[in-house]
Amino acid sequence: MTSIDDTLPPGETAQPGRFTLLMRTRPEIVLAPLLLVVVVLAWEYGVLWLDVPTYILPPPSRIAFAMWQGLDAGIFDRGGYWLHAGVTIAEVLLGFFIGSGVGLILGTVISQFRILEATLRVYLVAIQSLPKVALAPIIVMWFGFGLTSKVVIICLLTFFPLLITSMAGFKAVDAERLELMRALGARPWQIFWKVRFPSALPYIFAGLDMAAVLAVVGAVVGEFVGAQRGLGTLILSMNAQMDTAGTFSVFIILAIVGVVMYQAMRIIERRFLFWSGDHMRAIGS
Amino acid sequence: MNMEGAARTATLRTAPVIEVSRLEKLFVTVRNERIHALHDISLAVGEREFVTIVGPSGCGKSTLLKLIAGLLPASAGRIAVGGSVVAAPRTDIGIVFQNPILLPWRTVMENVLLPAEVQGRPMAAARARARELLAMVGLSEFENKYPMELSGGMQQRAAISRALVCDPGILLMDEPFGALDAMTREQMNLDLQRIWRDSGKTVVLITHSIPEAVFLGDRVIVMSPRPGRIVRVIDVPMPRPRSLDLMGEPLFGRLTGDIRKLLYGQGSADSAPGGGIS
Repeated sequence: MTSIDDTLPPGETAQPGRFTLLMRTRPEIVLAPLLLVVVVLAWEYGVLWLDVPTYILPPPSRIAFAMWQGLDAGIFDRGGYWLHAGVTIAEVLLGFFIGSGVGLILGTVISQFRILEATLRVYLVAIQSLPKVALAPIIVMWFGFGLTSKVVIICLLTFFPLLITSMAGFKAVDAERLELMRALGARPWQIFWKVRFPSALPYIFAGLDMAAVLAVVGAVVGEFVGAQRGLGTLILSMNAQMDTAGTFSVFIILAIVGVVMYQAMRIIERRFLFWSGDHMRAIGS
Repeated sequence: MNMEGAARTATLRTAPVIEVSRLEKLFVTVRNERIHALHDISLAVGEREFVTIVGPSGCGKSTLLKLIAGLLPASAGRIAVGGSVVAAPRTDIGIVFQNPILLPWRTVMENVLLPAEVQGRPMAAARARARELLAMVGLSEFENKYPMELSGGMQQRAAISRALVCDPGILLMDEPFGALDAMTREQMNLDLQRIWRDSGKTVVLITHSIPEAVFLGDRVIVMSPRPGRIVRVIDVPMPRPRSLDLMGEPLFGRLTGDIRKLLYGQGSADSAPGGGIS
């Protein structure tokens, strides 16, 4: 199939030529899925041959079966994945939007006043570096086992990245652009909307990228600490029953939630930051 | 020496639109050092005149331009544009900076329209004017492109269109071609001369290139540093439109030579490092 003889007449090279062309220009399209298949097969048969107990490391087929069972259940079934995934996604989205929204607004406001920024900067940077998930038990104690405590934890985690990156973004606005606007006789609000805010956007999106990842982490940690529903609670109860295959399948669902969040951010970014070099987004992540 | 006198008595063929008299500018640095950026600057620029200002780095030529534009306050002295004292940035002045400073998230057209937008002008008329200007600078096909898709010279031409979109009477240019390669730069000089003749603007252009100053200017103001002051104003009695061939003529050589002597000091022009100023 793949071998082409250069001496063949042009008409006959068309069919095999396609595949070789693909391999030469975009080999990842073939090789990346192939790698996945190889790894899954190695896992499946490696576990069998080495006789690893399923509660230590289940083969992929067991995980797939657990996944199917969980998804086959009714939407409101307490044993199924739909209810728990719904709760976790609701927490993630609520916490992400509230936390990063408030962080963005506060960061924007603070950075418009130099004294305020200079005074607060040292504290905010210090708080940013604290492991805030460690506060999860206290927050659960304050806000209970329901949705609220998880949303608060996620808010706490997503708030600071946005606060810090938006402050950095507004600080980094090119002085020449501001002088240009001043020369045009622009009002402060015009300078803000036409130059400052768009200039800070690459930084803000870097913060949103971080926040999207942290939101999922926050939801799971919050649910570990204390909750009645959610994928985190499901993992805890499955782990207690040594249902390792189930735990892995829930982990896959969490991973999908995270990847979808992250990819959604990328699509929005591409829409708004088409003009910005990739290097801008590297900060902080 | 009667250089100061020469600066003041320079001939004006038209009514003055920019008048600067006894201007002083002092800066205080963060370390509390006083820097005397400009000293006793007096000059007048006539309507539709093309004046170039040449001098070495640190002679305060950019500061002078920012003062005329109202971007910096004067320490002493008076600046008037169109008969009224300059206190803040004003809309009858267009500025072109050394860098094009195009906003990368806006298309060329949107960038050119920025001043009209900021100043709340009727957008339909501004758009028509922007089309005219983009045609004049040869960017008609690029109006929907983004700045990153343009070469440096094209970006600077877009910046010139932006400076002209609200039809200011005066165009101030701060080393607008300093970042361009030599050939693009010569082409831009020709283009600028044509734009200036077509639009009937008063232009003040700052440069550190002596040939550029002589080629473009009706008059060349020569400045020297520490403190920045005018050492001489030189008339360039060469016919318009000027072509690049002019640079080979004896008069052009004599004028650039004179300026070089003024900048490097008498007699040292031959031994001065060639790349330092041109």
